[in-house]
Amino acid sequence: MSDVTMTVNGKTVSRAVRGNELLVEFLREQLRLTGTHVGCDTSQCGACCVHVNGELVKACTIFAAEADGAEVSTIEGQANPDGSLNVIQQAFQDHHGLQCGFCTPGMVMAAASLLKENPKPSEQEIRHYLQGNICRCTGYHNIVRAIMAASGQEVEGGAIAAE
Amino acid sequence: MPKDHGIGASSKRREDVRFLTGTGNYTDDINVYGQAYVAFVRSDVAHGRITGIDTAAAEAMPGVLKIFTGSDFEGVGGLPCGWQVTDRFGEVMKEPPHPVLAQGKVRHVGEMVAAVVAESLQEARDAADAVMLDIEELPAIVDMKKAVASSETLVHDEIGTNLCYDWGFVEDNRDAVNQAIKGAAHVTTLELVNNRLVANPMEPRVAVGDYNRAGDMSTLYTTSQNPHVIRLLMGAFVLGIPEHKLRVVAPDVGGGFGTKIFHYAEEAFCTFAARALKRPVKWTSTRSEAFMSDAHGRDHVTKIELALDEANNFVAVRTETYANMGAYLSTFAPSVPTWLHGTLMAGNYKTPNIYVNVKAVFTNTVPVDAYRGAGRPEATFQLERVIDKAARELGVDPMALRRQNFITEFPYATPVAVEYDTGDYHATADKIAEIADFAGFETRRKESEAKGKLRGLGINCYIEACGIAPSNLVGQLGARAGLYESATVRVNATGSLSVMTGSHSHGQGHETSFPQVVSEMIGIPEDQIEIVHGDTANTPMGMGTYGSRSLAVGGSAIVRATEKIIRKATKIAAHLLEASEADIELKNGAFSVAGTDKSVAWGDVTLAAYVPHNYPLEDIEPGLEETAFYDPSNFTYPSGAYACEVEVDPETGQVTVERFSAADDFGNVINPMIVEGQVHGGVAQGIGQALLENCVYDETGQLLSASYMDYAMPRADNVPMVTVDHSCQTPCTHNPLGVKGCGEAGAIGSPPAVINAVIDALHSGGFTHVTHIDMPATPNRVWAAMQG
Ligand code: FES
Ligand code: FES
Repeated sequence: MSDVTMTVNGKTVSRAVRGNELLVEFLREQLRLTGTHVGCDTSQCGACCVHVNGELVKACTIFAAEADGAEVSTIEGQANPDGSLNVIQQAFQDHHGLQCGFCTPGMVMAAASLLKENPKPSEQEIRHYLQGNICRCTGYHNIVRAIMAASGQEVEGGAIAAE
Repeated sequence: MPKDHGIGASSKRREDVRFLTGTGNYTDDINVYGQAYVAFVRSDVAHGRITGIDTAAAEAMPGVLKIFTGSDFEGVGGLPCGWQVTDRFGEVMKEPPHPVLAQGKVRHVGEMVAAVVAESLQEARDAADAVMLDIEELPAIVDMKKAVASSETLVHDEIGTNLCYDWGFVEDNRDAVNQAIKGAAHVTTLELVNNRLVANPMEPRVAVGDYNRAGDMSTLYTTSQNPHVIRLLMGAFVLGIPEHKLRVVAPDVGGGFGTKIFHYAEEAFCTFAARALKRPVKWTSTRSEAFMSDAHGRDHVTKIELALDEANNFVAVRTETYANMGAYLSTFAPSVPTWLHGTLMAGNYKTPNIYVNVKAVFTNTVPVDAYRGAGRPEATFQLERVIDKAARELGVDPMALRRQNFITEFPYATPVAVEYDTGDYHATADKIAEIADFAGFETRRKESEAKGKLRGLGINCYIEACGIAPSNLVGQLGARAGLYESATVRVNATGSLSVMTGSHSHGQGHETSFPQVVSEMIGIPEDQIEIVHGDTANTPMGMGTYGSRSLAVGGSAIVRATEKIIRKATKIAAHLLEASEADIELKNGAFSVAGTDKSVAWGDVTLAAYVPHNYPLEDIEPGLEETAFYDPSNFTYPSGAYACEVEVDPETGQVTVERFSAADDFGNVINPMIVEGQVHGGVAQGIGQALLENCVYDETGQLLSASYMDYAMPRADNVPMVTVDHSCQTPCTHNPLGVKGCGEAGAIGSPPAVINAVIDALHSGGFTHVTHIDMPATPNRVWAAMQG
């Protein structure tokens, strides 16, 4: 066991961790921030995405001890200060970018990183960026639209609704 | 103007707020005070005799509480099968026992042999690694045809065969079908494989068993699509716990797609171990465990023949299918290749003679059961592929051949035992031509060719049977359960509503769409209506969510219960308004006396029901709460036409889906946004099946595709935007909402469209010797097919 201290969603936390304790385990079990999910054991699905020092990181790929001293933010820290959904979260709701919600925290964190790097991504750029995040429910259609909308771009309908 | 609330509105999903802020409550988010953890020791051989389990070293390890093996489960029931199929000869299917922990033999890689319960997950896993299994390896049987032929290598020695059943449907039609094929002007034959898939909801399965000694009460938290079904099966058949001492909770569930219908050994284990140890016991599947323990889907090998007369009318269809059951019968496995498959072999067509033969086979692989569409994608794939092949052989337009044979009059009784109530297949065929821009295809093909690519257009028409199912009918067909749905509507004193439903949402958005229905009926805002689901302790006995049934069956139960509420509230209103009941109208949340300006608000009536001071106590009871059970009188029959355009790179065989369009007839639509999302997701799964996904065993029964490194899930850059349309609406005639269900259509309708498009592309490039490519059409397979 070793002691780690990090800032998580703006709050400083110190805990004892096992040497092999993954950051995602630390967040979920020690801090009970259960919004970050585990969808695989091969670093493929992206359900565990968080930001570490501003970078998009799969929290199942690093040990908690490696995040000692880091600034970590998770899905629980994404809403506006008044508790309302932030622009990306709101766009996911508006454009039905989620169904079961299990991949969603990872998707929102990935989208935030994408838009930081590339404020007006094209459809292809979004799809390429999301390669590391698997969603089984939405077929990605509405996730792509939500991210387009969150970046202030015109969103193609794609759907022809019934009268 | 689109509506902004009630039926037909794209109401935004209220459940999204918790999912978007990380405050959902999935099963793995639940920790029960004092819980221990279990790690399972799973077989790494496909077939073998257990000669010893040495737990001594593991038992001595830190934190270990108890190690369970098969002997601890000797007196415990096996996992039951919920459907008994009767074969061609009138014999019931072979139904070998399905133990919680292996008894004597292991029959597939991943089967649970022992279970280590320890204080921490880490300790449980470390000790599980130290359990020594002695397994005398036996030859494994993986190939279905070899399995049927073998009398030496038996998955279950005691039944003397690997054949579970040999089903003929309709057996009495067999001779007529054979005659029709003999006398036909043209017969097109196709042999194909419907590839084995792993459902892969993103949330792995989890089970937490808890036991309260004070009340002798067991609770299971589990990732299930149908908590009441789990309670019934596990309580009555496995552990012998009466229902009133057993509570099953399925909280937020991260996708199901069928694979979370079934009762699994891990659920029974955690419940059993919690009672044995008087401690909560938790199991969270890793993805690797999921690949070798979640029931798989599809895995059919089929030969289909389509016979046509001189005028290209379909005269007969005959099929022979081998359907993999895996090593044990999963909960609904026997029904999938039979009653969910054979009954759909008429498709959208008036083929008079149909005979379906299905041989269900035991192999040393993970059990196979329902996966999104379940039987219906397999039926559609065969039929729509063989029709396309026939069109090519006859040199006719594939859509024209389909149209010529469409059923046009409803109701229509097929020769395979179902009666379609409504549909308009020409309408969806017209619509797909429009939204997929068939007119512009040749131009797009030229553009592709200019880039050195081959472009193909594939179409597909489908019909499915949803809204599962009339209980008396399925009872005759072998179901061991009823398939009604339930709802309790509890009106609170100040007028808000809690609706307790037996349906379960694991992504479908019931918390949003169900209130739209009730709001429309009563005229109060949607946010005054709360949906309660997923807990046997506070919902009426219901059968859960699968088979695109939630709105058609569960929604109908909500309508019926709400009607009862309105009837009673009308009586109360009549009393308050001193008018005759017949004159009372409910509109926009108020009761009024017809032709007068006298009215009383919804909330005043509900308050009177709970504060019955001025109340007709001699006629009606106080309170306002009603329950309804709805049993459908028929299946529903969604249908549609899909179109896919692919580009094939002739250098590499790489296929990319360039355009995909779906024109569906779902009957009435409650929330178009949710419906479209269901189609998007289903289509992506269908494209995944057609181009990417494949669950592969080698001949020794080792699972080769056991992680996301080897099993190709569709990712964002593998699928296109999908154009969807549901404006063709022929409402269902037998449920109160006129809805048909939309959850599985995408996965049913898309695979044949993709493969038809690939074949079309290859033909356009002169590769006319290619008549079929099995799914997934990987670059390797496509390139090899092109080489001949
Ligand atoms: S859990 Fe981290 S990538 Fe899947
Ligand atoms: S919303 Fe279910 S996995 Fe993406």
